Amino acid sequence: MTQAKTLQPEEARQKLKFYQKGTFTVGNRLVSEEERSVQASEDRSNALTSGHRACQGCGEALGARYAIDAAMRATDSDLIAVNATGCLEVFTTPYPETSWQLPWLHSLFGNAAAVATGVAAAMRVKKKKTRVIAQGGDGGTTDIGFQCLSGMFERNDDVLYICYDNEGYMNTGVQRSSATPPAARTATTPAVGPSPGNVFGTGKFLPKIAVAHNIPYVATATVADLHDLERKVVKAMSIHGARYIQINVPCPLGWGAASCDTIKLARLAVESGLYPIFEAEHGRVTQARKIRKQVPVREYLILQKRFAHLFRDGVDDPRVARLQAICDAHIAEYGLLGEDNEV
Amino acid sequence: MLKQIEGSQAMAQAIALCRPEVICAYPITPQTHIVEGVGALVKTGDLENCEFINVESEFAALSVAIGASAAGARAYTATASQGLLFMAEAVYNAAGLGLPIVMTLGNRAIGAPINIWNDHSDAMAMRDAGWIQLFAETNQEAVDLHILAFRLAEELSMPVMVCVDGFILTHAVERVDIPDQAQVDAFLPPYDPVQVLDPEHPASIGAMVGPEAFTEVRFLAHYKQQQALRLIPAFSGELAKAFGRASGGVLRTYRTEDAETVVVAMGSVCGTIKDVVDEMRDEGAKIGVVSLVSYRPFPVEELRRILAPAKNVVVVEKSIAVGVGGPLADNIDGALRNLDGRPKLHSAIAGLGGRPITRASLRRLFHTAVENPWQGAHFLDLNEHAVGREIHRVRKIRRSGSTAENILRQLAAANPLPPG
Amino acid sequence: MFQIRIHGRGGQGVVTGAEMLSVAAFVEGRHAQAFPSFGSERTGAPVVAFCRIADREIRLREPVQDPDCVILQDPTLLKVIDVFSGLKESGYLLVNTNKSFDELHLRGVVEKLPPGHAVIVPATDLALKHVKRPAPNAALLGAFAALTGLVHFESVKRAIAETFPGKVGEANIAAAQEAYDLVFSHERAATV
Repeated sequence: MTQAKTLQPEEARQKLKFYQKGTFTVGNRLVSEEERSVQASEDRSNALTSGHRACQGCGEALGARYAIDAAMRATDSDLIAVNATGCLEVFTTPYPETSWQLPWLHSLFGNAAAVATGVAAAMRVKKKKTRVIAQGGDGGTTDIGFQCLSGMFERNDDVLYICYDNEGYMNTGVQRSSATPPAARTATTPAVGPSPGNVFGTGKFLPKIAVAHNIPYVATATVADLHDLERKVVKAMSIHGARYIQINVPCPLGWGAASCDTIKLARLAVESGLYPIFEAEHGRVTQARKIRKQVPVREYLILQKRFAHLFRDGVDDPRVARLQAICDAHIAEYGLLGEDNEV
Repeated sequence: MLKQIEGSQAMAQAIALCRPEVICAYPITPQTHIVEGVGALVKTGDLENCEFINVESEFAALSVAIGASAAGARAYTATASQGLLFMAEAVYNAAGLGLPIVMTLGNRAIGAPINIWNDHSDAMAMRDAGWIQLFAETNQEAVDLHILAFRLAEELSMPVMVCVDGFILTHAVERVDIPDQAQVDAFLPPYDPVQVLDPEHPASIGAMVGPEAFTEVRFLAHYKQQQALRLIPAFSGELAKAFGRASGGVLRTYRTEDAETVVVAMGSVCGTIKDVVDEMRDEGAKIGVVSLVSYRPFPVEELRRILAPAKNVVVVEKSIAVGVGGPLADNIDGALRNLDGRPKLHSAIAGLGGRPITRASLRRLFHTAVENPWQGAHFLDLNEHAVGREIHRVRKIRRSGSTAENILRQLAAANPLPPG
Repeated sequence: MFQIRIHGRGGQGVVTGAEMLSVAAFVEGRHAQAFPSFGSERTGAPVVAFCRIADREIRLREPVQDPDCVILQDPTLLKVIDVFSGLKESGYLLVNTNKSFDELHLRGVVEKLPPGHAVIVPATDLALKHVKRPAPNAALLGAFAALTGLVHFESVKRAIAETFPGKVGEANIAAAQEAYDLVFSHERAATV
């Protein structure tokens, strides 16, 4: 970008930001103090501190750490977290140890949203300003916790619900959830028979369902863009009422991918169009994150053993084309190609 | 203040006097009038400082209460029957987390076949969940037990279920003395939680516990329930002093001193049984009744002491553990375990799905127990003809259809509608 | 103990009638228990409600099987159920109708009861006249007070006013008053 030389300093900085976001190579040293990652500060809360038992390369641990620390900073550490049963709950609290440095409550698999409603109600009645976050995996959110979540949305309870979406029941040994992509192999959708892997159903993209509740704020995010994730959490905490953030968190074990590929996979999920990144307020999509250069979904799939059956004998299974069609549909629906209209 | 009032409304007023801070409501017959009543008191402002939350299921109702209680608020909800089962997972969870939630159970049968009427199947289904379970005999006692329940729950950090016979009590209009706010405040101090979610003192609640500690955790839950056997009479005594009437206790006896036959029952049927006891006493029978208030914890020592001198114990209960018999009878049997010269135990299942338990049937039952005792569980007022026909039918035809519908068809054939 | 059984149809205020009667007894310092024939009855379906009145605590929880008084709010029920089941020989019968006992083919039932213990009252007509709604329960309670003398009419008035505050209460009391007067004069005529 040689034309940067001819620009005024302020414009140059903006252009610089755009460029660096696109390549994802930005270091904290190059951005201003206030724009740096929460994690870059020695004052970060370490709400989910080290020593937990997550697998190497766990996207969920990374996502949770960034999300909760950002929320801690946004609320001046006046925060309570409610957790659904799942990997996050299990790897953080092998009693008598806990990785949580904020008040944290785990009740059941399917009730995190309702429990958070109760905590928020208690804060309201106690006239405290303490904010409440509920968090769970995709199983605890899109499947078993769906009813409680919808109820919390509809009442517009003052809760931010964060779903760490690793596209399956990883805690119980990689079974299929309603967030598992079509064709993916899981323990309950084995890659055998005439239609190997998960069914091509209608899909259940919960962020859209959240938007349909007209709640004040809905966003998707990914561990490939942690600045964006932090920004969305901070924004969510500036709003009262029901809010929902769904974070794409690759699972090396469940997806059959290399631990070092977690960020790469998250990025490819976005760049292929399979995982649209957007924000919505009060039932309306306000912003979609543009894809700079669309990546064929094949590049994303081929890195994961859960899709290995699609590439046997050097021939692409027709299902790859069907998955590509899903990506293309997302790109069309959210307008993911073209000029970035982000500020 | 003495009022002629519907049981549900009386309970709603009593609950409001306990100053709950978070109430979760989901409708299910026959408890609905209670949460409607408290909800109205919140709307009018009579009950201040209270969040009334209309949730989307019973599972959510108790889950919201769990969150509220863990965050330090006094939490209340109510349910019945299918609703209790739908929240079952949270019922165990609330007890395991040691949260002092109070819940009213408007006792109702569990389907299928669907049935909205009273029996104790719902309470029995959750008897091992770790909640204290108290059964009210009258609406006056229902009022008093709710006030006692909050005190007990918070003292022990343990949830309490107040069991009230659906319709028979919840929908009955009768005389109830409702205490005033000052009386309740004097009896029930503000909730001072043992553990609470507090950003100033972050703690993790609800962590995973492995085999190295799970037995100890469960032992302590059992130990804590045993403490309730001491606390329930103590608090009932305090309540009696404050309100000028006796309610609660772990159990109450009626004319059992020299009784050769002692009936044991729970809930509103004890009133009818007392009337029968009086009639039979007038005829010279040595009979009395134990109204069991605290089913969980189960007052083993107290029951042994009272039942040991009797010749016959008749357990009348509104539930059936299919494949075994009466759960209360089994528990009473356990209480009499290894007792020398123990009384004979006669188990009767009565009032299932709202079938009226009449004085006439009870008299027959008590006479039969002494004169012509049966083995196993006796089903009071069973339509043996209908049952016999259905058993015969099922033996003859392989695809004999659904039992419930077959019985209904038989009854309809036996009692045809009048023409026109 | 005096036991009353009220038969009517959903929407006619059967349960409220039993409850108001219990309140009338309560204000006189007596024990009373009112309860419905529990169910999920819809408008128009047969409904039964019960009331017991006594001078000591009422412990009995069985449905009223041997009533001292049957109040029939809707004579069309005669074809559907045995509304007189268990009615005591010394009992009372109060029927809401603008027909006669003969027209209702109830002469046989009435003759089994002591003289003056069975009475008809056009309670629905009175309700329509005063309350503008076909809810005969309040009028029937006025008639009940006159027929049995078990509760004072003043207590019935108080119970109605407590249940229906304001204008609706006044209208119901007017209907009850007219029913009371009707039955009272009828009873006096019968005893003279």
